[in-house]
Amino acid sequence: MKIHVRVNGVDYAHDVEPRLLLVHYLRDVLRLTGTHIGCETSVCGACTVHVDKKSTKSCTMLAVQADGCEVLTIEGLSTDGELHPLQQGFRENHGLQCGFCTPGIIMTALNFLNECPDPTEEEIRHALKGHLCRCTGYHNIVKSIKYAAIKIQEEVIV
Amino acid sequence: MSTTTGIIGQSVKRVEDKRFITGHGKYTDDIILDRQTYAYFVRSPYAHAKILSIDIEKAKTKAGVLAIYTGADVAEINGVPCGWQVNFKNGDTMKEPKHPLLVTDKARHAGDAVAMVVAESREQAIDAAEAVIVEYEELPVVVEAFNALQTGASLVHDDIPGNICYDWELGNSKEEVDNAMSAAAHVTTLELTNQRLIPNAIEPRCYNSSYDAANDKYTLYTSTQAPHLIRLLMCAFVLGIPEHKVHVIGPDVGGGFGSKCFHYTEEAMLTWATKKIKRPIKWTAERHESFLTDAHGRDHTTKAEMGFDHDGKIVALRVKTLANLGAYLSTFAPCIPTYLYGTLLQGLYTTPKINVDVTAVFTNTTPVDAYRGAGRPEATYLLERLMDLTALETGRDPAELRFKNFIPPFDGVNQPGYLTQVALQYDSGNYHGVLTKGLELLNYSNFREEQKQASQNGKLLGVGFSTYIEACGLAPSAIAGALGARAGLYEMGHVRVQPTGKVSVFTGSHSHGQGHETTFAQVVADKLGISMDDVDVIHGDTDSVAFGMGTYGSRSIAVGGSALVKSIDKIVEKGKKIAAHKLEANAEDVVFAQGNFTIKGTDKFVSFGDIALTAYVPHVYPKDLEPGLDFSSFYDPTNFTYPFGCHIAVVEVDKETGEVKLTRFIAVDDVGNIINPMIVEGQIHGGVAQGVGQALYEGAAYDENGQLTNGSYMDYCIPRADDLPMFETANQVTPCPHNPLGVKGAGEAGAIGSTPAVVNAVIDALWSGGYKVRDITMPITSEKVWKVMRSKQ
Repeated sequence: MKIHVRVNGVDYAHDVEPRLLLVHYLRDVLRLTGTHIGCETSVCGACTVHVDKKSTKSCTMLAVQADGCEVLTIEGLSTDGELHPLQQGFRENHGLQCGFCTPGIIMTALNFLNECPDPTEEEIRHALKGHLCRCTGYHNIVKSIKYAAIKIQEEVIV
Repeated sequence: MSTTTGIIGQSVKRVEDKRFITGHGKYTDDIILDRQTYAYFVRSPYAHAKILSIDIEKAKTKAGVLAIYTGADVAEINGVPCGWQVNFKNGDTMKEPKHPLLVTDKARHAGDAVAMVVAESREQAIDAAEAVIVEYEELPVVVEAFNALQTGASLVHDDIPGNICYDWELGNSKEEVDNAMSAAAHVTTLELTNQRLIPNAIEPRCYNSSYDAANDKYTLYTSTQAPHLIRLLMCAFVLGIPEHKVHVIGPDVGGGFGSKCFHYTEEAMLTWATKKIKRPIKWTAERHESFLTDAHGRDHTTKAEMGFDHDGKIVALRVKTLANLGAYLSTFAPCIPTYLYGTLLQGLYTTPKINVDVTAVFTNTTPVDAYRGAGRPEATYLLERLMDLTALETGRDPAELRFKNFIPPFDGVNQPGYLTQVALQYDSGNYHGVLTKGLELLNYSNFREEQKQASQNGKLLGVGFSTYIEACGLAPSAIAGALGARAGLYEMGHVRVQPTGKVSVFTGSHSHGQGHETTFAQVVADKLGISMDDVDVIHGDTDSVAFGMGTYGSRSIAVGGSALVKSIDKIVEKGKKIAAHKLEANAEDVVFAQGNFTIKGTDKFVSFGDIALTAYVPHVYPKDLEPGLDFSSFYDPTNFTYPFGCHIAVVEVDKETGEVKLTRFIAVDDVGNIINPMIVEGQIHGGVAQGVGQALYEGAAYDENGQLTNGSYMDYCIPRADDLPMFETANQVTPCPHNPLGVKGAGEAGAIGSTPAVVNAVIDALWSGGYKVRDITMPITSEKVWKVMRSKQ
């Protein structure tokens, strides 16, 4: 089936098998390998990307369902070489160790901070419910997202 | 030795982070090779079943299929080997069944590989695998170690009587312990289960193997913690391929926690088959396969008795443990319930008589091996449960009981190391210190008052303590060898100074989240007095790194870091000779500090960069000195390192629902000197989360047919963000006296100390409400707590 997708601001047209998952389209066809697969069952959240500005688990969405959509992956987050405040937050606060779950968590956090710009610790932890991290114990992920929230608000004020 | 310049000890931000946070990490599954093919394994749905026939004819006709292999194709090939030998008490060698690449006669656990399909795409391989018809005859199943030992129990391996791999004993004689125990004023007896855990690194295991016929060379990309070890085991013991013809690369690896340091059958299968089909083959585990085939952890059942005198001093400890090893011996499996468990039963205490007796058993379950802590959490769990329960049952304070029994402080320099009853010599310790600090952070004196008030208001509040020790920095090779290791356990560190003074560091340690590219660069930059920007750390590649034993057992900085220091010392020594020649002085008069070689007592110096250039452009140069500035070293430690600490958990138990809420977690860890406090703290956080997971959430659930009933993320409960509090961490520093950095290792501490603290806290909470329960089997679900409270009403 023919699909047209805009990924990280670039338009693509491909003929894909109907059963191809969005995550495999991103990773194997577009070679955007920053989006990972941890469970193929939408539980671990490693595959999270944005589809039309909504965080979406790309392992349980078909590529054909993304036809006509705008997709944002971790590779499209920084602009002109400048790290996004969330990326800065994770680096400043040691919010990652092996880095495998990180892109998915950052994409969810981006969506979350759009909806909840000044979150409490509890709200952040709740927002991370759909993700598994086995390395960090979440402590520094919570700090990273809080850091980004403050940073984004400061940028808005400036 | 060179002088430090202060980068060691700083929370430098990680250099590897940039690629991970921008989506540019390179994990094995990210690699697609030219003419890539994909493998999929047909696995036994039964835990124990004879294979009557395998029909691959229909599958062969499926689209895209390139090859299908069954056990018959690889029957002549060795199985994957076991790297550690433990002997029976009578001296006989342990039973070591073949762990075949694909089974031929029967499947011995659900998930055992029966056939491998290779196809043009992943989906085509799956389609064809579904068309492979295997006829099985189900056999009786043994799941629990206890049942496997019963007369008439079904045999996992037909030639291994009683399903016993080995029996083993350590410490004082049974008679000595019996005598000491019979004189005890109080004996606490506990039967404990340390349940089976499934490691669950979020990156599934993945391999990609290829063969270059023109150069007769294989390349294996593997999600491993130990590339050289995999190469050695696979080449020398399984496939009989010359080692220098295999290039193993462990690129970015998405967590391991032990489960990725073993040599798995799939690695060898792919490498064997790639030469046959003359195309690269990739296999990525699906999550359900990770659950079924990644080596599991723990799985002990233990009866332990601890005797105390009138004063509360421990007089004896008697431990009898059954260890479930699963269906086959994984790479390090035999040493986990023995030399990494029995040897730690001294704990932090002066217990004068200890006897531990272990029987290790085969069952129709996934093989069990090292998982974060590996043996040490099991030892700590039973000691610390015994301590808190004794305090509750004898009306003593759990902290006081520990203070009374602690080994007095010793630094390993002015005071000798502490010789235990179970074959170890602790390096240095100040156990009073970590508990004292933990109590301060908890504000213990206030806590008991809060607990009383909470109980009056109908709330159950509990505190649990755990003071642990572990043996890390594996290991002096001679000692490991005497204990059954079939490999040396040193590490290699290679420091190459480039002509421009930039430095490439090659280490045999492997990072899969630990941040070696940062900490190792800190060590080198600090010691050479240069910027961290001028140091690159290369690891995980057998063609560029001379050798390595890999990362497990919290060994990287203690063993791998020490190897680097040895090489740096050689660079400085050679640099002094070059500098002396340039400055027309004696090498003995040259000192190296802050990146400069200076003649003692003068202001005459040459910079490190100058010396590097001179070493490669040796126009004005000492006559008998070789050009170049490039050294590698092997470091074989003289002892294990012994990190220790105090973990304290505070929980609230909901009287209506039995729900346990972890409200505070305090970790005071002494991991020796610290290179990067931020990274050490992160390691503790992650370990604590896994330890809390064991206490409250995790556990493999097999049914009586050997089916793993919770083999998915929907069913196996890993802690999520809202299950955990912010952790309160602190450090005490007691340097390791026997390695050049004074470091002990921090990777496993969190997982070792935390579990008993949480369980003790739940039990303390229940006692505060009058429910005098002695044990709740982990994981402590709300249902179990609710039932206990109802039964005690």
